[in-house]
Amino acid sequence: MPLGGVIFLAIFIALFGTALIFIARAIGGRRMNNSQAKRDVYECGIPGEEKSDTKISVKFYLTAILFILFDIEIIFMYPWAITFKDFIAQGSGLFVLGSMGIFLLIFIYGLFWEIKSKALEWD
Amino acid sequence: MGSDIFEITVNCIKLVLVFVMMVQAVPILVWLERRGSAFIQNRFGPNRVGPLGLMQLLADAVKFLKKEDFAPDRAVRSLFYAAPVFALIPATLAYCAIPMASPILVEAFEMFGQSWGPYTFRVQGYDMNVGIVFILGVSSLAAYTILMAGWGSGSKFSLLGALRASAQIISYELALGLSIVGVILLYGTFNLSEMINAQTGPLQFVAFGHTITGPWWFPNWGIFFQPLAFIIFFAATFAESNRLPFDLAEGEAELVAGFHTEYGGFKMLMFFIGEYGHMMIAAGLVTTFFLGGYLIPGVTPEELHSWTASITSSEAGATGLAALIHFLMYNVKFGFLLWVFIWVRWTLPRFRYDQLMDLGWKTMLPWALGNTIATAVVIFILQGWQ
Repeated sequence: MPLGGVIFLAIFIALFGTALIFIARAIGGRRMNNSQAKRDVYECGIPGEEKSDTKISVKFYLTAILFILFDIEIIFMYPWAITFKDFIAQGSGLFVLGSMGIFLLIFIYGLFWEIKSKALEWD
Repeated sequence: MGSDIFEITVNCIKLVLVFVMMVQAVPILVWLERRGSAFIQNRFGPNRVGPLGLMQLLADAVKFLKKEDFAPDRAVRSLFYAAPVFALIPATLAYCAIPMASPILVEAFEMFGQSWGPYTFRVQGYDMNVGIVFILGVSSLAAYTILMAGWGSGSKFSLLGALRASAQIISYELALGLSIVGVILLYGTFNLSEMINAQTGPLQFVAFGHTITGPWWFPNWGIFFQPLAFIIFFAATFAESNRLPFDLAEGEAELVAGFHTEYGGFKMLMFFIGEYGHMMIAAGLVTTFFLGGYLIPGVTPEELHSWTASITSSEAGATGLAALIHFLMYNVKFGFLLWVFIWVRWTLPRFRYDQLMDLGWKTMLPWALGNTIATAVVIFILQGWQ
């Protein structure tokens, strides 16, 4: 049962990493300098003006949405791929290949529609 | 994890060992990268601390430890401190699923007045039936740690770097996932150990009811059946691990250092372990899918086992010795691929962001799609025609 191993390892690394941070904090100590300039975020040598939660290009959201759509379609191909040779051995290879062909046609149509509608253009 | 206390203990030790191996490999890779880049650029690189500069890693670690632990005022402290810890988890979890040598068989033995049944220990963290899906799922969790770091730092450079990195990772995830479909079609399994077993012996395939076999020295590796998938997969892993030529996330000229601008000392080191961990997953997966994993070309595991059995008397010793030889072979391929990562970094310039996205969505995704269709049709024609 590999799930136990996964959980064990995840907890182990989380504890290990937390311990590392605390050890480094203890050894690193505190410096005397605690000026405002040090506590500011990095800004190329000038006083920081702009906040970090500034406006973000909408392209990132679009990319994320397109990723979810295409990734789900790709995940549907995995069980098909793993059983393809078994279906060929049973003699129903043409049916399975053809049904995946229809699915792929929709996929390809979607991809080329995205490209044509300039959803993937970055400027 | 195991049927009794002995097996569970050994499996837990194995997991910790794989993790320690990964952490230990990072300073060696950093050394290799610095020396390699110096070699490529006709410089010396680190050569003062210890022989060949090898102790430089130790000196760096000590320096990292002595750094003051520090978070800027504007940072979201919980995210800022949690991000480096979580950066370690996805890389290690995924790497533990990659088999590194043939399994070790231990016969039944007596200990503490009790008999302990025969065991099979695999030289990997855990053997997963859905290995590929697990690795893909877990390793893409790295996008969350990068976003945590970027948002938690409270700096716009970090936020922009994190957004770029996560958009890049999810874009290349598509080409990566789709190029594997051809590999799965070829082997008909998700299990990485079974994939390696399928690559045993000389080149062999079934065509029109006949089995065609190549010369004995020509290995039955996936790269000869899926060359296009190999190229797409390997290129996409560069983007997944944020390496040059796809390291837009930390383009120094534009973003200072990307999502780890505000990090220093040990917290930055943990991000580095995660990043090099992703390189190691990529090299391990390419080895497993396309280069026959731990297999030695021209020598089948059975031949190797009969040779090691003639040296040692016990089954555990014979399989252990064979596993050691296989592990060395795995590391030869693995190390070569890691060197290719470093080599490419110091050879190619960085892409522009729109070029990067175009390459992922408009070039690699259609080619991976074409590869999938071509593989399915070829398999159907060669095997379906009776």
